Amino acid sequence: MAISRRRFLTWIGAAGAGLSTVNTAQASTLTQFKGHPEGLGVLHDTTRCVGCRKCEEACNTVNDLPKPDRAFQDMSVLENKRRTTTKAFTVVNSYPVGSQDQPVFRKIQCNHCLEPACASACFVRAFKKRADGAVVYDPSVCVGCRYCMVACPFEIPTYEYDNPLTPKVLKCTFCAPRIEKGLLPGCVESCPKEALTFGKRNDLITLARKRIARHPDRYIDHIYGETEMGGTSWLGLAGVAFKDLGMREDLGTTPAPALTSGALSVVPMVVGLWPVFLAGMYGMTVRREKIAAEETRSEIAQAVKETQTLADEKMAKALEKAQAEKRTALEKAEKEKEQALKDAMESFKKENEPGEEE
Amino acid sequence: MSGEQKAESRTLLTPFNLIAGIILIAGLIVTVIRFTKGLSSVTNLSDYNPWGIWIGFDLMVGVALAAGGYVTSAAVYLFGMKKFHSAVRPAILTGFLGYFFVVVALNYDLGQPWRLPYPFIVGWGTTSLLFEVGLCVALYLTVLFLEFSPAALEWLGYSKTRKLAGRLTIVLTIFGVVLSTLHQSSLGALFLIAPSKLHPLWYSPYLPVYFFVSSIVAGLSMVILEGTLSHKFFHHSMDKTYLGEHDPLTLGFGRAAALVLAGYFTIKMVGLAAGNHWDLLTTPYGLWYLVEVIGFVLIPCLLYTVGVRDRNLTLIRFTSVLAVAGIILNRLNVSVIAFNWHLPFSERYVPSFQEVVITVFMVTLIILSFRFIVTRMPIFHEHPDYKDSH
Ligand code: SF4
Ligand code: SF4
Ligand code: SF4
Repeated sequence: MAISRRRFLTWIGAAGAGLSTVNTAQASTLTQFKGHPEGLGVLHDTTRCVGCRKCEEACNTVNDLPKPDRAFQDMSVLENKRRTTTKAFTVVNSYPVGSQDQPVFRKIQCNHCLEPACASACFVRAFKKRADGAVVYDPSVCVGCRYCMVACPFEIPTYEYDNPLTPKVLKCTFCAPRIEKGLLPGCVESCPKEALTFGKRNDLITLARKRIARHPDRYIDHIYGETEMGGTSWLGLAGVAFKDLGMREDLGTTPAPALTSGALSVVPMVVGLWPVFLAGMYGMTVRREKIAAEETRSEIAQAVKETQTLADEKMAKALEKAQAEKRTALEKAEKEKEQALKDAMESFKKENEPGEEE
Repeated sequence: MSGEQKAESRTLLTPFNLIAGIILIAGLIVTVIRFTKGLSSVTNLSDYNPWGIWIGFDLMVGVALAAGGYVTSAAVYLFGMKKFHSAVRPAILTGFLGYFFVVVALNYDLGQPWRLPYPFIVGWGTTSLLFEVGLCVALYLTVLFLEFSPAALEWLGYSKTRKLAGRLTIVLTIFGVVLSTLHQSSLGALFLIAPSKLHPLWYSPYLPVYFFVSSIVAGLSMVILEGTLSHKFFHHSMDKTYLGEHDPLTLGFGRAAALVLAGYFTIKMVGLAAGNHWDLLTTPYGLWYLVEVIGFVLIPCLLYTVGVRDRNLTLIRFTSVLAVAGIILNRLNVSVIAFNWHLPFSERYVPSFQEVVITVFMVTLIILSFRFIVTRMPIFHEHPDYKDSH
């Protein structure tokens, strides 16, 4: 019985492995970036976290941050919901959760996204995702537009608003300088409860799965950051719903660059097609105007011609009339002359016949 | 000449100038504080709210309302509405001033404004929509400057250069439309990267299309509105051509605005249906959304239509105010009011008094520059020597 049960488990395991290969195969046909295979990460297990703030203190030390307003030993700060600031790259908040008598603690810091929104948004490429997993910032080029802060879905980057000359964006660096030297990130090193585990992201996912599988009653069956916004290098495990720990569950799996790639791909289309279309419109307008102008011109010509003929006709008529008048006048004059001659002749004749009258 | 001088000295003591003077002084004081003490000394910006009204109003609204330049020059030079020719210069001038002061205001908001050219020098962040906005605005400002230059050159009496600038008109117009299409839409696309922060009723994959189409509405309505206002205040600088073309222009642009608004309303509804967020319409944000889409899109669309049908110029002019208010509302909704809607009120952004001062300061500077220019350069009238050169 025991044997068969073990086998049964093995079969399940084999089936599970089969399923996961299918998943990978499917995923690889999509062009989703799965992260650098050697990329590092940190797993934060909130079921182990006791809210001691040791990580906050270590982070403050290794990053040479200013002294906190209230000492790291002061646990009363946990009562307020806090976020990352220019003075604290990581904070631990306490979340009262209904069914449990103990509050749950969660550490907040940059999640070092596999395809970071901040890096995609920056117009001077001040952010870079390194092969080791860290998302690092170069203050020497940052213009201070703060679009990275608008873009970050985890509301992590902070800004030195009170610095008039060289304000910088500040956030967790994944302790990149320490990692390069082979050291652990400050926060991970200082954690007394091993709530933070540092390692290759792929191994951490395996580890997290194992923990969930070993204690299904203790964990929610989800690794936060495995797929959120395309995946993050820092991962989270919890025993209560993530949204009860202030972690958004509605972020989706689309990485940030994919959200804007559509709009960006339209740019060459607009640049290529719009001028052609507009020039075409202009050409048509010009042609229309030219045709209109030509029509007007020929109309004018026609009108001029018509007027001309009309005028010519009139002139001719007038001339004819004048000539006719002249002719009749001449004829009349001729007639009058003849008549006058005739009359004269007749009166002369009469004068020469006096005898007849006496 | 003496009459002109008298008019000037008369205008110097108006209440308008008094208020403008106070605003200028207040603006200069805040400017000094901003650049010596940093952003936190004058703004309510925070780590949750990196963008306030200097982006939401000065940039987003400023660019949208300056769309009159490309809309008018495209209508007149490319789409053959030559009869509205006299509207081009005032529209180009307001466009140029609008963009110029957008860039000035941006320098207040940037943490290190002297690095403004960095995106084009040190790091080509081509994955960023802000990069596209920056590049297009920079280029378009140059185009507007060139488009405006004939007026300045005529005023200065450089007739040869003037001729050269005149020949570029068509190329510049096409270039201007392409650049405007790109950056007007990209301003909307800026928010595509933050679906988790912008309220779903405003977040849409169509954001760039919305911004572009509504910029045409903004451009048309602003030309009508500016025409009305200029008519009131600069009547003496207008020539017969301008005055004669003014009413037909109001009608023509009113008709165009009605059409574009109808299209805009339709695609807004398409986006709403595609997002399938009908259930959100009954929430407070939903009601606010309806105020915007019905009160400031659908109603102006209907009023424009009625105004054009009845040839009611007063109604068209009134509607242009409503439509412009709608654009302002939309840009503020997307960038400030419905942005970070998920945060509790204590973490939301409300502009500080000083931020408002700078915004009013910028608007005042635009008005003063506009007045300075139109009372001197041939904007509302043609220069006698260049009557037939356009
Ligand atoms: S959590 Fe935010 S700041 Fe960190 S890498 Fe992701 S997007 Fe960038
Ligand atoms: S604030 Fe700096 S780092 Fe952030 S997007 Fe702007 S230029 Fe890039
Ligand atoms: S990795 Fe380094 S910078 Fe980041 S929270 Fe930990 S100690 Fe701070």
